[in-house]
Order: sequence, then C-alpha cells, then structure tokens
Amino acid sequence: MNYTRKDWLLAGLSGTALLIILALLAVLLGQIVMHGAPTISGEFLSGSPTADMTGGGIWPAIYGTVFMTLLMTLAGVPVGIATAVYLTEYASSRSRMAQLVRVAVNNLAGVPSIVFGLFGLGFFVLFVGGTLDTMVYGEGTAPVWGKPSILWASLTLAVLTLPVVIVTTEEALRQVPKELREASLALGATRFQTVYKVVLPNAVGGILTGVILAVSRGAGEVAPIIFVGAANFLPYLPTDLRDMFMHLGYHVYALATQSPNVDAARPTLFGTVLVLLTLTFSLNFLAIIIRSRTRATRT
Amino acid sequence: MSAADPAMPPLTAKPTGAEAADLGGQADASASGRGAPPLGTTFQTPLWHKVAEKIITFMALTAIAAIVLIFLFIAREALPMLWEAEFAHEVNLRDLFFARQWNGYDEAVYIWQPVGSVPKYNVIPLFVGALKVTVLAMLMSVPLGIGSALFVALYAPRRVREVVKPMVELLAGIPSVVLGFFALMVVATWAQDLFDFRFRLNAVVAAIALSLTIVPVIFTIAEDALQAVPRSLSEAALALGARKYQVALRVVVPAAIPGIAAGVVLGFGRAIGETMIVLMASGNAAMMEPFNMATSVRTVTATIAAELGEVAVGDPHWRVLFLLGVLLFAVTFVLNVIGDLAIRRLQKRLTAT
Repeated sequence: MNYTRKDWLLAGLSGTALLIILALLAVLLGQIVMHGAPTISGEFLSGSPTADMTGGGIWPAIYGTVFMTLLMTLAGVPVGIATAVYLTEYASSRSRMAQLVRVAVNNLAGVPSIVFGLFGLGFFVLFVGGTLDTMVYGEGTAPVWGKPSILWASLTLAVLTLPVVIVTTEEALRQVPKELREASLALGATRFQTVYKVVLPNAVGGILTGVILAVSRGAGEVAPIIFVGAANFLPYLPTDLRDMFMHLGYHVYALATQSPNVDAARPTLFGTVLVLLTLTFSLNFLAIIIRSRTRATRT
Repeated sequence: MSAADPAMPPLTAKPTGAEAADLGGQADASASGRGAPPLGTTFQTPLWHKVAEKIITFMALTAIAAIVLIFLFIAREALPMLWEAEFAHEVNLRDLFFARQWNGYDEAVYIWQPVGSVPKYNVIPLFVGALKVTVLAMLMSVPLGIGSALFVALYAPRRVREVVKPMVELLAGIPSVVLGFFALMVVATWAQDLFDFRFRLNAVVAAIALSLTIVPVIFTIAEDALQAVPRSLSEAALALGARKYQVALRVVVPAAIPGIAAGVVLGFGRAIGETMIVLMASGNAAMMEPFNMATSVRTVTATIAAELGEVAVGDPHWRVLFLLGVLLFAVTFVLNVIGDLAIRRLQKRLTAT
C-alpha cells in the first residue's frame, strides 16, 4: 500500500508516543540500576539496618516482604481460584449470584489501595482483632490481636489481590476446550471430577501466570500496609503472626520521606529499590515465560 | 487385550461373554489405578465432592462480602461524626464541605489544617489537589496511551507488538512506591533544573510519575478495543479506496471508541486513587490554587496515608480521615461502573456488526 503524507504523520505521531513511554521506562530502570547496583553486596542483603537506617543491610525488610507475600498467597489464592471455578464451571452465565460476584470483582479491582488500608485497620485490626482480644483476654487488656501485625497485613493484601487472581484464573479456565469437559462428563465423571481431573490440570499454566502476577502486585503494594503491620525499624525478624514486620517498599517510603539525612540514605535507598524491583520483575518475567510456554503447547 | 490375544495358547478355554466383560472391566480399573464401580451399580457421588462444591460456592461469595465489608467498615469509623458530641464539639459538619470565614481571615476560605488550636477540616482543597494532579497526569498519559495503542494495533509489525506488550506489562508491574521514589529523587531534580520551580516537589513532578501508572491501563484497554474491531470493517473501507489513515481515524477508532473511553475512565480512577506517588512527590502542602501547576499539592489519598498514623482511634480527625476514605471509595466505584458499562457497550456494538 502506498502511504500518503497524512499516513506517515499519523504513524509518526503514534509511534513517537510509544517511543516516549519506552524511553521513560528505560530511563527509570537505567537510573535505578546505575545508582542501586554499587550498593548491592552480600552484607547489604544479609545485614540489619544501622540505628539511623542510612547504613547497614536490609535483610529484615527482604525477610518481612517474602514472609508477608507467602502468607498473602496462602490466604488469597485458594479463594480466588475457587471463585473462578465457581464462575466458569458451576454458575450459569445468567445466574443472579454469578452476576453479583462479577460486579463485585470488577469493583474490588478498582478500589484504591489506601482504602484497603483503611479497611484493614477498621475491619481486621480493630474489629476482628479487637473482638478476639475481648473474647480471649477480656475487656480492657493490652491488645494482643487487635494491633497491626503481619497477619492482618497479609490478609488485607490477600483481599487486594483477589480480583487479579479471579480474573486471570477465569481466563485460563475459559481457554480449556469445551470438548474436554464434555468428553469427561460423557464418560460418566461427575462435574467435580471433571473440574479437578480435567479442567484444572489443563489450565494450570494460565492459573500459575495469574497467581504470580497477583503475588508480584501484592509484594510491591505499600499504601495498604502502612497502618496494618509495616514497621519503620525492627531489630528482630518476625516469628509470630502477631509481630509487625519490615517491608522493602515501606522501607523505601519511610527512608525517603522521613530520614533526617536523605543524602546519606541515598545509596541505601537506591539499593533497596533495586532489590524490590528485582523481586517483582523476576516474578513478572516468570509469569510471562510460563504464559508463552502454555500458549506454545496449546497451539 | 487385543495385543495379548495372539500370545495366548489357542486351546485355553475362552471365557463366556459375561465373564469377558467383567474381566475387561477389572483390567481397565487396575490399569488406571482407580476402582471403577462394578457394572450394574449406580455411581454415588462421594460426600466430599459435595462438600467441596459447597465450599467453592461459599468461597465465591468472598468477593461480594469483601466489597460490602470494605464499605461498611470504613463507614463504621466515619459515621459516628453525625451524632458524637465529641465530634460536634470540635467540628461543624458544614465546615467539612463549605468555606468559612475563620477568626483572623478576611474572607471565607477552604482550609485543611487538622493540627492547631482551631483544627480546620475542609476536604475541598484535598479534592482540588487530587483533581489537579490527576487531570495533569491524564493530559500526559491519554495522548501517550492512545497514541501507542494506535501504533501497536494499526502500524506495528507483529514482531514489534510482541516486544512492546510485555514491556508495557513490565511498566504496569512496577510498584508505585518505586515510581514515587523515582519522581522524588530523579524527576524532581531534573524538573527543578529545567523549569526552576519555586517548590521542588509539585503537581507536575507527581503527575509525570503518575502518568507512568495510567499509561499501561489506557494502553492495554485501548489496544484490546482496537484489535477487537472486525477486520471486515477496515477491509471494506480500504476496498472503497480509503487511505490507511482514513481507515484508522474514521473506521477503526470510532468503532473502538467505547473501549478507548473505558480505558480513559479506568485510568482516571486509578490515578485519583493512587497513593504512594502523590504522597512522596507532590510536596503535600494543601493549597487552594487549582490552576497553578507549579505549586505543591496535597491529595485525598496522601492525606489519609500521612495523617492516620498520628491520630488516636475515634478522634474527630480520625473520623474525617475515614470520611475521606468513604468519599474516595464512592468516586472510584462510580468511575468503575461507568468504565464497565462502556466496555460492555463496546462488546455489544462489535458483536452486533
């Protein structure tokens, strides 16, 4: 096809938009790697922060982030997969409840992360934790459950990541050919047998992709956990579900905005950002790889 | 069986038909490792299947429960402001939304100043701040997002598309605290050198970082919408002698417009709810200057994040912060519904043609 000048103009303008975005991404990654890489050392990864947080390592923050992410995955992913199974395998598309669930999932995905933080504080910490405390220890004692902790932070983030798990799992389940289900049912398998012996094993790649994407999103969220469990500085690692914890993202926020000497904290900051970014990016890469593998085997 | 048959001595007594069927059934069962029910009995669904199905249905209710509980438990902390004496003593409900001429001021003003001898909790400056940053970010990200979606959907060769889409996903996967940090440490310094802002951290700096979170939203939804436009439409236009740019702007884009609009609306919702970027990079001074882009701004989300940690449970200030949460929830809820409706309309329109 022969392009006119207007064709070139449109292609050029839209191409420029794409180039600007990619350039911004490159600058962002370049700056962080350039300033962050010199800080990374064995000591930085395995040590504890010094008292003023400008030096030392970030091991408690790495540990806290991973611990919280695992708890969040354990709590949220089974529920998300079950919901997706319900929506695709059990509910008819006209069922009132399925429609309600869909509306809820869509809206849950759009709730701002800070609102999840308010919810975590109002519901998990004050209501659930507070009620547990009065039930177990009686009125008026020092809070044991009713205070910010790694448990409440993980549960809050589990709710936040729920829609991601549901939507991606649903997509994966829908890609399992209908014929497989029909063959299984025709052989006399029950619907449940069909789901867990035929549908789920065939969708496992897609589900895994969704789970990893959700986990990577949850690992990087800071706003929801500011009031429900993240700690500025903890001299010990969290061992109990009721402990508070250090978090890579929160560490970056606290250090960058509240440190008395930001210039001294600069290397630590860039190093921490690089570690956080490496963590979330490796999860994202894993998801992309798994997805392309599953696509390749299907076609 | 058939593979084993030739090896069998031909003179061995053949089992009768009924026995053969029975044997075959057993052989199959042992081969696949699970006990098939003997013929003639009806299969009973094991109890745990039924239990598991009940659990699945129950778990599916979690999403509904979550959205209801979120609203209820934020409202639960905010609503007592309507009847609590302690609250009424400190704050006049009218002052939350309307300007008031405070002692020592020449005129009625909108002020958010929660700490002081006379705390002032007017939420309008916070919403003005949020809108200012968001609109500014939209001005940058809408052209970038839609432009690159157009390029990828209409012009880019397949290979470019396969590289670009994961890159945009990567951008979407960057935690917002990292973008906020980037704005605070890098963009702010560069912007200062370039424009000589009075405030190092301001609406422009925050909006630049914010647009990086919205671009993937707009790009992804708009690109999907553009791809979903049936090929027959553009081919028909081309066959009628239209130029490629005419096909793009007069056929493909109009057909995909609900999807593009949905991307913009959902991007707007994302931007107004974004917390860490504005908290770190906007300067956080609540100023009522809607049209001056170089000033520091304080948004709704940043206010909640910055102040809630220092307030006692049940304090009037605490109640107002949860009220901000309720308002934010309501705004994004409405934006989501609009975005969803737009996407549904797109689907209907494209399946109808």
